[in-house]
Amino acid sequence: MKILVPVKRVIDYNVKPRVKSDGTGVDLANVKMSMNPFDEISVEEAIRLKESGRAEEIVAVSIGPAKAQETLRTALAMGADRAILVETDDEVEPLAVAKILKAIADEEQPGLVILGKQAIDDDSNQTGQMLAALLGRPQGTFANEVTIEGDSVTVKREVDGGLETVKLSLPAVITTDLRLNEPRYASLPNIMKAKKKPLDVKTPGDYGVDIAPRLKTHKVAEPPVRQAGIKVADIDELVAKLKDMGIA
Amino acid sequence: MNTLVWVEHDNASVKDATLATVTAAGKLGDVTALVAGSGCDAAADAAAKIAGVSKVLKADDAAYANALAENVAPLIVSLMGTYDAFVAPATTTGKNIAPRVAALLDVMQISDILSVEGGKTFTRPIYAGNAIATAESSDAKLVITVRGTAFEKASPEGGSASVEAVSGPGDSGLSSFVGSELAKSERPELTSAKIIVSGGRALKDAATFQDVIFPLADKLGAGVGASRAAVDAGYVPNDYQVGQTGKIVAPEVYVAIGISGAIQHLAGMKDSKAIIAINKDEEAPIFQVADIGLVGDLFKVVPELTGKL
Repeated sequence: MKILVPVKRVIDYNVKPRVKSDGTGVDLANVKMSMNPFDEISVEEAIRLKESGRAEEIVAVSIGPAKAQETLRTALAMGADRAILVETDDEVEPLAVAKILKAIADEEQPGLVILGKQAIDDDSNQTGQMLAALLGRPQGTFANEVTIEGDSVTVKREVDGGLETVKLSLPAVITTDLRLNEPRYASLPNIMKAKKKPLDVKTPGDYGVDIAPRLKTHKVAEPPVRQAGIKVADIDELVAKLKDMGIA
Repeated sequence: MNTLVWVEHDNASVKDATLATVTAAGKLGDVTALVAGSGCDAAADAAAKIAGVSKVLKADDAAYANALAENVAPLIVSLMGTYDAFVAPATTTGKNIAPRVAALLDVMQISDILSVEGGKTFTRPIYAGNAIATAESSDAKLVITVRGTAFEKASPEGGSASVEAVSGPGDSGLSSFVGSELAKSERPELTSAKIIVSGGRALKDAATFQDVIFPLADKLGAGVGASRAAVDAGYVPNDYQVGQTGKIVAPEVYVAIGISGAIQHLAGMKDSKAIIAINKDEEAPIFQVADIGLVGDLFKVVPELTGKL
């Protein structure tokens, strides 16, 4: 079985985003960029499935600027076998991403597509579900545990009330949640080896996908700033404050 | 505009998240509520009583029992001919279903809206709530998920909508429900609790978390939350997680204990009306958003606080 793993280059999760003063977006100039953390979990899960003999090949895909090659090289250094960059400098919305991934899945015929449940920049949480819809295949979102048995995959999902388990017929789309695994770091020899792994560069046009945005962003603003309050010296003072607030 | 609202329910009653979604949909236009389930008469009757709902569609079929996206998305799409917008709560159920509906309708979804700015324009948080985008859709139909804390809850009483039975394509044959491990707790649910006591990595282990956090929560009648670090470390189950990719909460009072205040955690709780932080590190970022801060050793001060309440 082949596994397709889409990865996105996003602002590093440790960086506090700053809104541009002209309100057109978030300032990404000279900001550290990394692989979306949920996508690292996707890559790791694919590698574990390969290591356990459930998969033969892992293809990493990214849609974004030329620099997204670095993100793909990270996936290759972790253990993906080859990579495809669909290069564009335009912002690509989840629906268009899903359409491009559908075209790639039609070509590659993966048994599983494993995506992060959401990207930490636009926080949309849509692409995996949209891809599953376009492929007409089942979706195991917010995965906590993935088990392949024969021609189906059992996915334990993190839901609001706890955990839920569904069984999906393969091929299927999975989106990862935080507890699925702990991604490995790429070793130096593997980083060197990754430089020689194949990386194809394509464009959205190669897949016949129109990436014109459907949403027009009028402005991006800072959220209301919360002011720091007071510090109390001890519990008695805290209890008195709580009583003032009517909760004790 | 005619809207179709996804009703989150357990076949017997309607979940709270639905109520804020009805309010958001009401800002767009007329609200029809969709109750898809199995043996869901009671939930449909409850939905009909929600103020602001003008009609209830009830799809009662074994295929819809567990809201499998593969089964309910085609049902919703089959109903969307007469509606301009599909509106779902941004719960794990809504997040699972809505994008599947959007893709089938060839619509770019607007996730997690904070406000309706008129027409097809909405605000939504991006970058863990560190920026608020105002976005306008150009699609013929809208697919929206709603952040529950951003809208008033519609009253669960006072409405008298008619209930109409509908049917859909049924079982897609793509997926099946195996089972669930749902947390049973006497404490208030996180997303509707008035007070939340939340613990972080500093709580050491599961037993300590229970010994320190639970008595305070019980004294306050509070729900219990946790930071990602505490969940990852196995102190408490995943459904306790508050943050960017966990639960978004906005209680009257949020008590953060041993939580440093990473931006991902702040994203989930900074709209709380009052924030109280207890942390031994006076430089912890949580103090920058806390209304009341206490610098101290939580193992000493939290039991003392519990004792004095």
